[in-house]
Amino acid sequence: MRGAVLVAVAAGGAVGSLARYGIAVALPHRADAIDWADAIDWADAIDWATVLVNTAGCVLIGALMVAVTEVWAVHRLVRPFLGIGVLGGFTTFSTTVMDTISLGRHGRGGLAAAYFGGTALAAVTSVMLGVTATRMITLRRRRR
Amino acid sequence: MTALLVLLGGAFGAPVRYLVDRALAARTGSLLPWGTFAVNTGGSLVLGTLAGGSTSLPGYVAPLLGVGFCGALTTYSTFGFETVRLIEDAAPGYALLNVAGNLAAGLAAGAVGYWAGVALVG
Repeated sequence: MRGAVLVAVAAGGAVGSLARYGIAVALPHRADAIDWADAIDWADAIDWATVLVNTAGCVLIGALMVAVTEVWAVHRLVRPFLGIGVLGGFTTFSTTVMDTISLGRHGRGGLAAAYFGGTALAAVTSVMLGVTATRMITLRRRRR
Repeated sequence: MTALLVLLGGAFGAPVRYLVDRALAARTGSLLPWGTFAVNTGGSLVLGTLAGGSTSLPGYVAPLLGVGFCGALTTYSTFGFETVRLIEDAAPGYALLNVAGNLAAGLAAGAVGYWAGVALVG
């Protein structure tokens, strides 16, 4: 039984990682191609693809967890596939760490702190948004 | 080809995260989510080492182990959700500790890994 869960998590992780990579390709981190010696705009130094996947993934995990624990009874592999696999693979913590270290190494300590702390704050806020919005949307259904 | 390496790495990273989480949840019985802390810190250490040593690594390593494996091994969605659950369970102190602990340990691990990678390359 545990084998099926592992396969669901692996399949979800593959899908989520591929989606994250696709967004990184679509929104290239321009800091990669920038001459750091020049004074560059802070917006160009931020890895927006990673900001996007982490905040979107947090809204979606909030929505998913309310949906599968408070609203619907779903197949036992749905949560491992979508929650642990797809959304876990879609979002990333290690990349935010290396983005932060890269900003710090290039003399952008303040921006590094704002990015690292801001991502955490945005993540928690996004989960709350996903949880609250899904509870509001599904309230009528659950009252019936 | 790059996309395939990312996919393969992600297909390994996510189940490793799941197994680490199961193993630690069973052993600690703590309110704090140690499994996510462990994968986020460990994944940051590995990604830091890969980044530090990137100049001497073959081209397939970054997409396979960096973007794919480390990206999927570590997670922001579970970290965020577990933090919100601590807030909802009326344990805001633990929620704050969870965020501070993950950020501090992840940053330290990434920095240690980076300098180790640079040193290994020489």
